[in-house]
Amino acid sequence: MRVPILRLGRVLLTSLPADLTDQQVMDLQIDALALIQAGKADGLVIDITAADVVDSYMARILSETAKMVTIMGGVAVLAGMQPAVALTLVEMGRGMIDMETAFDLEGGVAKVARLVASRGGRHDEVPIA
Amino acid sequence: MTKSRSPDRSAPEPAVGTETHAVVEIRVQNDILLARQASRKAAAALGFGTVDQTRLATIVSELTRNALTYAGGGACRVLTRLTAQERCIVIEVEDQGPGIADVTGALTRGYSTGGGLGLGLAAVHKLMDDMTIETRPGRTLVRTGMTRRR
Repeated sequence: MRVPILRLGRVLLTSLPADLTDQQVMDLQIDALALIQAGKADGLVIDITAADVVDSYMARILSETAKMVTIMGGVAVLAGMQPAVALTLVEMGRGMIDMETAFDLEGGVAKVARLVASRGGRHDEVPIA
Repeated sequence: MTKSRSPDRSAPEPAVGTETHAVVEIRVQNDILLARQASRKAAAALGFGTVDQTRLATIVSELTRNALTYAGGGACRVLTRLTAQERCIVIEVEDQGPGIADVTGALTRGYSTGGGLGLGLAAVHKLMDDMTIETRPGRTLVRTGMTRRR
C-alpha cells in the first residue's frame, strides 16, 4: 500500500505509518516529487510521529527526497521525530538526516510556508523593470 | 572484530533464562519489519527502555536489510538471556551469501558495495555493546548483543 499524500493549500502532507517497507519509502519519494513537478504544491511535510524506527536507509531516502524537492525549487520538512529515534540517529553518526525539521506537523507547515515565501514561490511575479 | 563492553564470555552460562525468543526468516522486505517487531517485543519483555528498544529495532533493520540486499535473504534470531545480574539480548543474522570480503572496510562509515551510504554495519557497531562477524563465501553470521544490569 502506498502512503497517502494530502494537499493543504500549496503544501503536501504525509504521515508515515509505524512500519514502512523500503519500497513504500521509495514510492512516497516518487509520488511526492510527481505532485510537486505537476504544480500541485511548493512544499512537503513528512510527519514521522508514528515511526519508531528510522534506519540508515530511511534516513538516506528522506534526506535525498528533501534535496530533490529543494533543487526542483520547493521545500521539504521532516516533522515530529520521536526522542528515541533522534537519539539513535545521532548515535549512528553525523549527518544521518540532512534536511529541514520541525517539532510537529503544524510547525512543519509553517516552516514550509516561511521558506517558500523567503525564497520566492512558484508564482513569484517577474519584477517590472 | 569485537567491541568489548560485553560480559566475560568465558564465564559458564547459567542454564536458566537463555532462550530463543524468535526466529524470523528474511526473504522479502516485509520480513525486515517482522524481525524489527520481534526484537522490540523481546526487549520490552526484558524490561529494556524505549531508547534501547529503538536501538535494537534499528540495528535489526540494518542487519536484515544487509542480508536481503547482499545475500538475497537469511535468518534473524532474537536470543534473550537472564542472569542474576544481567539482562541480555543477542541478535544473530545469518545468510548464505557471498560473504563480506573486507570486514574492516564494511565497518567503516562511508564504505558500501551496495549503493548505500555504507552506514549499516558501522551503525550496529555504535549502537550495540558487542559485535562479532564470522564471514566466508557461503556463510556470514553477525552476532551482536546488548547487555543491561538487572
